[in-house]
Amino acid sequence: MSASRPNHSCCDGYTRSQLLRSAAAEAGKGLPAIEAGMPEPAGTGLSRRKFLSRSAGLALAVYGASKIPLSAFETGIAQAAQGDKILVSIFFDGGIDALSVLAPVGDSRYAQLRPNLALPPGAGPAFAEDSSLQWHPSAAALATLHGEGKVSAFPAIGYDHPDQSHFTSRHYYEIGELQVGYRTGWLGRYLDAVGDDENPLQGLSLDGSLSPMIATAEKPVAAIDSVDGYDLWSRTEDPIEAEMFRSFARFGSLPADSPGLAQVRRAASQTDKLRQDLAGVGDFNSPVAYPDEWFAHKLAGLAAYIAVGLPMRVVTVRAPGGYDTHADQAADLEDNLKRTCEGILAFQRDLEARGLADRVMIEMWSEFGRRPEENGSLGTDHGAAGCAFVIGSQAKGEMVGEFPGLASLDSDDNLKATSDFRGMYCSLLEQWLGYDAEAIIPGASGFVRPSLVKA
Amino acid sequence: MAIPQQKPVAARPKPRPHKRRHAWKDKHYRWVPDGQGDWRVQGFVFRHHHKPKRGHFRGPGPKPARTGAAAPVPSPPPSDPRPPGTYQGAFGHAQAVRLLQRAGFGPVPGQADQLASLGLLGAVQSLTRPSGAAVLSGPPPRDDDGNPLAPADAWGHDHLWWLDRMVRTNQPLVERMALILHDWFATSNANVSKTQQMIDQSNLFRARCFGSFLDLFRAVTIDPAMLQWLNGNQNYKWAPNENYAREMMELFSLGADRGAYTEDDIREQARALTGWRSEWSSEEGEHNFRFEPKWHDTADKTVFGQTGNWDWEDACRLCVEHPLHPSFFVAKLWSYFVPTPPSNSVREGLEATYVSSGWQIRPVLEAILASPELYEGPPMVKPPVVQLATMLRALGRGIDTGAWVWLCEEAGQRLFWPPNVSGWDDSRWLDTSRMRARWNMVTYAIEEVSADVWGAPYSTTETPDEALARAVAAWGSPELRPEHREELLDFAGRSEKLAIANWQKGPYRAMRQNALLQLIGVSPDLVLQ
Repeated sequence: MSASRPNHSCCDGYTRSQLLRSAAAEAGKGLPAIEAGMPEPAGTGLSRRKFLSRSAGLALAVYGASKIPLSAFETGIAQAAQGDKILVSIFFDGGIDALSVLAPVGDSRYAQLRPNLALPPGAGPAFAEDSSLQWHPSAAALATLHGEGKVSAFPAIGYDHPDQSHFTSRHYYEIGELQVGYRTGWLGRYLDAVGDDENPLQGLSLDGSLSPMIATAEKPVAAIDSVDGYDLWSRTEDPIEAEMFRSFARFGSLPADSPGLAQVRRAASQTDKLRQDLAGVGDFNSPVAYPDEWFAHKLAGLAAYIAVGLPMRVVTVRAPGGYDTHADQAADLEDNLKRTCEGILAFQRDLEARGLADRVMIEMWSEFGRRPEENGSLGTDHGAAGCAFVIGSQAKGEMVGEFPGLASLDSDDNLKATSDFRGMYCSLLEQWLGYDAEAIIPGASGFVRPSLVKA
Repeated sequence: MAIPQQKPVAARPKPRPHKRRHAWKDKHYRWVPDGQGDWRVQGFVFRHHHKPKRGHFRGPGPKPARTGAAAPVPSPPPSDPRPPGTYQGAFGHAQAVRLLQRAGFGPVPGQADQLASLGLLGAVQSLTRPSGAAVLSGPPPRDDDGNPLAPADAWGHDHLWWLDRMVRTNQPLVERMALILHDWFATSNANVSKTQQMIDQSNLFRARCFGSFLDLFRAVTIDPAMLQWLNGNQNYKWAPNENYAREMMELFSLGADRGAYTEDDIREQARALTGWRSEWSSEEGEHNFRFEPKWHDTADKTVFGQTGNWDWEDACRLCVEHPLHPSFFVAKLWSYFVPTPPSNSVREGLEATYVSSGWQIRPVLEAILASPELYEGPPMVKPPVVQLATMLRALGRGIDTGAWVWLCEEAGQRLFWPPNVSGWDDSRWLDTSRMRARWNMVTYAIEEVSADVWGAPYSTTETPDEALARAVAAWGSPELRPEHREELLDFAGRSEKLAIANWQKGPYRAMRQNALLQLIGVSPDLVLQ
C-alpha cells in the first residue's frame, strides 16, 4: 500500500461530495451549480447543507475556479459516473443448508434423510427450472426475482475433495483457490489489478470488519459498519481540528520498519482518507420501502451510495444471522433467510427505480452446504456442495449445474457438486467485470465458465 | 501413534464394569524422558481391540529434541542468572514495559521500574507464579448512573466486569491468559442461555491457565457454556452431533490442514463424546448438565488409529497425545505473545518442555516470556480491549461508563462475544471501521484529562514543548517514537500560529492540548505493544 498522497493546500478540507460534483461535471452529467438558495442536487439524495457541511466557502471557490487537478480519486468518480460495473457479494456465514433454500421435495430420499427438517411439498414457491426443487417459503422474495429471470441459481456448487472445516472452506472461497495461507482475496487481486492507489471505496465491506475477499496486496480498501456516516469525534474545533487530522494522516504516511507498524500506518492513512471522502454522505432517501431492519438498511444505503456515484467496484456484506445450524435449524433459518431475501428484493427494486440496476450484480454464497442427513438435534452437520446465486437485472437467469439428487452421495454422505465456485468467479470476472480471469484465479483455464450475464 | 509420557491419571473413578474383551497384545515403543534432559526408548505393551495390520507402526517415531536441564527456573535476582536460550540483553524500563504489555495490560505509573528491579526471571515469575487470590485495587466499577455492575444480568456489564478486572488486578497475566483462552476456546454468549455460564467459563480459564493443558481441555469440554455452544449437550449415541468433535481437533488441539485427522476420526470422536445432557426451562435456561451413561455410545470407536471404548476424557487425551499436538500448542501459545513464528530449534525446545512437563502450560509460558524474540522482535497490534485496559491503567481511570461496551464492539472485540468458534483474527484488528472505533475510544478515554475549551481559562503562554510534555504525562509517560514526537511538536507549533486574536490564545491552546491527547492515544505507540 502506498503512502498517502501529500496534501495539496487547495484541496484541504475539500469534501468527497465536492469532488463528486466536480467529477460528475467532468463526466458531462451536469449537476446544477450549488449556490445559495438553489434546490438540492437532483437525484443525489444529498442535502445542500451536507454538500456544504465542511469548508462552506471553499466549495464554491474551488468549483468556480474549475482548475482542480483531476486526481486519481476524481478519476474514480468520473469512471463510476460513466457506469462502471459493481459486484456485490453477500455471504451466508456458517454454511447455509442448500437443501432448505432449494428443497429437493421431489427426491424420494429427501423425506427419509430429513424426517424432521424436510419441507413439505407445496410449502414454498415452485422452482420453474427443476420441478423436483422448491424454494423455501422464506426465500419467496428470491423466487419473485427468479420468476423475472434475474436469478441464476447454482443448486450444488462446490469443489473436488471438499473440506468440511468452516475456516478452510471459507478461505478457499475467499481466495478463489484451494490453498491455505493466501493473503489476498480473489476480489482483492482484481482490485490490485484494476484499482486506484488513492481510492479506499473501490473495495468496501459494509461490516464491522474487512472481508478477506477484498484483501489486497497494495490498493486501499475500506470497511464501514454503518451506512449512516463515518465520523471521527474530537474535543477540538476548527481550525485546530483540521491540523489534528493532518497530523493523524501524517502518522499514516511515515515510513514503517515492521509489519505491525505498517499496519497501523495504513489504517491511519485510510481512515483519514475515508473520513474526508464520506463527509456528508450519511443522510439518504430511498425511492422504495425497505424492511425495517439493519441488513436492508445497509443495502438501502448502498443503493444511495451508488446513486451519488461513490467510486465503488466491489462491495461485500454479510447476510443477517448465522447459518451453522447444528441444532434447531428450522426456526433460525426461516427468520434469517427471510430477512436476507426481502432485503435483496427491496435493493433490486431500489436500483430499478433509480435506473441503476444494469450496473449492479449480486453474488450470494456460503462456505459449504450441510449434510443431507439431519442429526439428532433437529439440525444438520457440515456438508459439501451448497448453493449460490447470481442476482441482477443483467443476470442470465439460468440454473448452473443440475441438482445431483440424493440417491448418490459422496464418500462422506454429502451432496456432490455439479459446478465449481471458481468457474463462477471466472465468469463474473470476465463477463461482468470485463477482466481476464487467468490473471486472478489460479488455473482459470481449467474451469468451465457458466454463462451468467445476459448477452 | 502417540507418544504418551507420564500419562496423567484420570481423577474421576470410572465405573467400567465391562467384561474383559479379547485384546491383541503388541509390543510398541515410545520415547520417555531419561531424567537428564534427554530421551530414551521404552517398550510397552499396547492392547489392540482389533487385530492389528501386519507391519503397522509400533514406534517410537522421531526422537524429540533434548530438553536440556528441564524447566524449573533457578532462583531469581539479585544475580539474575539466565539459562541459555533466554533473552540476554538489558532488562530495564523498556523491557519491563514490553513484558507488562504482552503479559498483561501495560504498566500503571511506576510499575515498570518496580518490575525491572526484579530482573528478567524474577519479573517473569512474578507474573506466572502469583500467590493467592487476585487483589483488585482502585475505585470499583460502576455504570453511567454510578451503580455497581450486575455482570450476569445487565446488558454489557459482563464486558465491563472483565474489563475492570484487567484494569485493577494485581495478577495481570491471569487475566491476559484468560483472554487468550477465551480466544483459544472461543465461546460466544450468542448460543449460551445464561451470561453467568460465560462468566463461569472465564473463571475456569483463570483457575487453570497455568496448569495442565489436558486438565484444562477436559474441563472446557464439559463446561456448560461450551456444551451449549458446540452442541455437546445434544450429542446422543443414537444421532451424534459432530460440532465439538471437529472443533476440538481443528481449533483447540491439532489444527486443520496438517493431516492430523480425517473426517472418519471426527465422526468416531463425536461418538466418544456422546452422553452429556442438560435440561431447559424458561427461568433457568439450560441447566442440570450431566453425563448420562445411557446416552453414551459404548461401542468401540477408532480415533487416530486407536480403537477402544473411548469416552469424553479419552477424546481429550487422544488429542493431547497426538504427535502433532505439541507443535500446535506451542505455535498457538507463542503467537499470542510474539508476532513472528519461532525458529525450528526454539519451537522444538518448547515442545520438549511441554511434553516432558506432562503438558503443563506454565513452563512453556515462562520460556516464551523470557525469550529474546519477545524483547528484540517487532511490535504487534494490541487487541482492542487490551489497548483500552492499557489506556485506562495509564490514565488512572476506573470503569465508570458503559460506553466501553459498544466502543469495544465497534473496534472488533466484545468480550464473551467472539465472532465465531475460531476466535478473533489477530491479523485483522485494524481496518477503517475498527480504526475509527479506536479513535472514538480514545476520545472517550481522555474525557477527564482533557481541557475545558470554553470554560475554565487555559494558559495563554504554554509553549509547544510544554503542551506536549503535559499531554505525554497525562498518558503515564509512554515512550514515543522520535518521528511521532516530531510530528506532535510540529502540530503544536502550527496550532499556536493559528491563534491570532487575543481571545483565541487560551481556547486554542486548550484545543491543542485535547488534540495532542487524542493524537497520542491513536498513535502507533499506543496501538502497538
